[in-house]
Amino acid sequence: MAIYDTDYILEMNNITKDFPGIKALSNVNFKVKRGEIHCLVGENGAGKSTLMKVLSGIYPYGQYEGDIILNKKIQKYSVISDSEKAGIAIIYQELALIPEMTVYENIFLGHEIKNRYTINWNETIAKSKELLKKVNLNINPAAKIKDLGVGRQQLVEIAKAFSKDVKLLILDEPTAALNEDDSENLLNLLKELKEEGITSIMISHKLKEVISIADTVTILRDGRTICSLDASKSEINENTIIRNMVGREINDIYPKRAIKEPGEIILEVKNWSAYSNDLGRSVFKNINFNVRNGEVVALAGLMGAGRTEFANSIFGNPREYKLSGELLINGKPKNLKHTSDAIKSGIAYVTEDRKKEGLILIQDIKNNITLGNLRSLSSNGIINENEEINVANKYKEDLTIKAPSIEQLLSNLSGGNQQKVSVGKWLFTEPKILILDEPTRGIDVGAKYEIYTIMNRLIDEGLSIIMISSELPEVLGMSDRVYVMAHGEITGELDIKDATQDEIMKMATN
Amino acid sequence: MDSISKKEKNIKINLFNYFKEFKALLRKNIREYGMFIALFIIMITFSVLTNGTFMSPRNLSNLINSTGYIAVLTIGMTLILIIRHIDLSVGYVAGFLGAVVAILMTSVKLNTGVSILIILVIGIAIGLFYGFLIGKVGIPAFVVSLAGMLVFRGLLMLATQKTGTIIIPNDSFNDIGNGFIPDPFKLVDGYHSLTLLLGLAGIALYIIAELRNRKNMQKYEFEVLSKSMFVSKLIFVSLLIGYVIWMLSRYNGLSWTVVIVLLVTAVYHFLTTKTVLGRQIYAIGGNPEAAKLSGINVTRVTYFVFASMSMLAALAGVLYTSRLQSATTTAGVGFELDAIAAAYVGGVSTSGGVGKITGSLIGALVMSSLISGMNLMGVNISYQYIIRGIILVAAVIFDIITRRKKG
Repeated sequence: MAIYDTDYILEMNNITKDFPGIKALSNVNFKVKRGEIHCLVGENGAGKSTLMKVLSGIYPYGQYEGDIILNKKIQKYSVISDSEKAGIAIIYQELALIPEMTVYENIFLGHEIKNRYTINWNETIAKSKELLKKVNLNINPAAKIKDLGVGRQQLVEIAKAFSKDVKLLILDEPTAALNEDDSENLLNLLKELKEEGITSIMISHKLKEVISIADTVTILRDGRTICSLDASKSEINENTIIRNMVGREINDIYPKRAIKEPGEIILEVKNWSAYSNDLGRSVFKNINFNVRNGEVVALAGLMGAGRTEFANSIFGNPREYKLSGELLINGKPKNLKHTSDAIKSGIAYVTEDRKKEGLILIQDIKNNITLGNLRSLSSNGIINENEEINVANKYKEDLTIKAPSIEQLLSNLSGGNQQKVSVGKWLFTEPKILILDEPTRGIDVGAKYEIYTIMNRLIDEGLSIIMISSELPEVLGMSDRVYVMAHGEITGELDIKDATQDEIMKMATN
Repeated sequence: MDSISKKEKNIKINLFNYFKEFKALLRKNIREYGMFIALFIIMITFSVLTNGTFMSPRNLSNLINSTGYIAVLTIGMTLILIIRHIDLSVGYVAGFLGAVVAILMTSVKLNTGVSILIILVIGIAIGLFYGFLIGKVGIPAFVVSLAGMLVFRGLLMLATQKTGTIIIPNDSFNDIGNGFIPDPFKLVDGYHSLTLLLGLAGIALYIIAELRNRKNMQKYEFEVLSKSMFVSKLIFVSLLIGYVIWMLSRYNGLSWTVVIVLLVTAVYHFLTTKTVLGRQIYAIGGNPEAAKLSGINVTRVTYFVFASMSMLAALAGVLYTSRLQSATTTAGVGFELDAIAAAYVGGVSTSGGVGKITGSLIGALVMSSLISGMNLMGVNISYQYIIRGIILVAAVIFDIITRRKKG
């Protein structure tokens, strides 16, 4: 194996990774010094996760271009366990612990300490105690994971990483689910580990944390390395990071619509909160939010800010959360117990994950479009098939869904056309308020333009739209008013005239 | 000379296109036609192995009549499997309610109609309770129906404990499983003429429905079969119905069991293809989360589907008890597996959302053809169980492979 002379513990050189139709990474360079804390920042979709997947071997050698050099040796991983053996440990946002097992069982899961044929539990427990001490976690190793808070679970994950002789610790948004105390604990631990010579990479959206902890910050945008900032040269500050994160040009892919005076408030929530018993924390709290007739209100923020949960809650689908606060439609308080109540009240919800929650892929266009409002097509429970066909054909034409016929199965359509079916389905319920959750995720530019055009037409026809979007240019290009959400709270409300990418990103990373 | 060879060439090209379409059609709809092919192979194989006894009018009539209770259970099971649940208790529910109907008629001395009505209502009540446990409380259907299997097995043993087998001396009840429709016309000697007439009417109805459907499809510019393929299909199905009817009319004609099964099939076919409820059932099976977000009350549909299943189990109990003219301690053993296997053979998908009532009916015929053929050949009952198990797995493998190709 070739030996590379370098000061860096990790070098990723000219990494390029293609997905069908999209370049997720192009010529990304990422260099991590030995013994530093290196933060990787960027918007959703900037390529951070893809880069880490390349590093961990989820995308094996050969599926990407470029070189990975770890400890002066070039690395070619074909499976995840290869990168683990090389000393790379990634701790994901969704913890990979088994709730019903004890702490020590979890720490050594997959690489148990064995006698000849059986597990050596005494040794396992003794070693676990040492590891827990190392991560400053003072608990009984025989405790079950499910009885620990998220913060402690995170520390167990790190202990687990150390059980495998880790050289490079990677944390993917480690503080996203933590409260302030737990976050601070974790950051302090990272600093202590640094003193011991451990190198860590942290992906984070919380810029205050990044600034307080990072020795180096690398910023990705649209699959490219934008720059690396060095703390020792005092290059790291909020404005520089934000400027480099959002620097995308807003081009004219956003069709204009006539500016109208917004009408009456049609939907409003006051002190709207949701508490999850499962998670043991609020999913969102004290939200004051309103939508007026004929306007597009954007709900901006980063993934995990609680926007989708909020949308579900005003669509009568609170999942397992306990809701409190007031919801008013046309000024009257409403209690939406089921999605059918919300549909009757004129709310429609085009979900973020259209494959999982929005559409029935094994059925055809016709059945999907009419599903939300079959009552209007039937008498005595019997469907009027001719009328149903006419309705489906009308929406296929109106929304320019490209398919040979309305009998085409959804699984055979492109993402953009699936999204149009999803929109058509909800328009057929004759809503007053349309919630669009990441309406253009995963669809190509042409189809995006068409979706935007449809949105404008609906606004002209008097609908109101709540658009949840993580894409700032889309937020700025399409909305009349912007709410920014972060960690389950509204952190700002901006008129579109006053909104800039920097401003929104500042509120979203607050 | 020249023009003749040109004509020949044209015919050749037409034939070539015809078979090309046939092949493409077969490949595309292998899920829907697979069970017909299976049925065809089974029938030919057994006819050869039994020197034609298998396809004799008498055996065919017996076979179809003995399919009755399985067919009824399979239809109910189809809906259960479509919404991604399962009901393992239907065999013993059928057995137990069969014993109850016997007791109602013999000990309580109620008349046939009232007795049957009572157990149908009990069946619905059982299903609603399942629906409550599964849809409302959230217990997996597998667990609920496994428990139900034990409970109803115990209840069946209790019901028949004192008397052992309950003989039913009631002709009107026993006719349901053994009797045939009367022939008021007696037009042709040796043939059941009402059966023939009903068969002809059935063929006519089938052709009219297909023609109307095709015309409608063309009106909306949907893809339809080419004319020659369409005519072939009409002829094939008409001949198939005609053949079965002709064979039946040479024996005793249509049985009451067949009439009941056809009625149940018609009702459920209508329910699944033409109604809002049917569409909701397929939507839940296709994507429960999307169905819920579309305003469908998933719990309510679950109630309905389980109530319908247990009601049909009660009906199957009536058919089986009446066929045996008695209620026995072992009635219902293994029915659930036959029904589940028949549904899978009939094209219901193991991952839910896909399946047709008519397909399930064919699946039930496949299963009972297998049983009947093996009985005729004197295959040891132990081997019969093994073979039925293998058929079940084969049907599921077929399901997974055909789905994978599409995906």
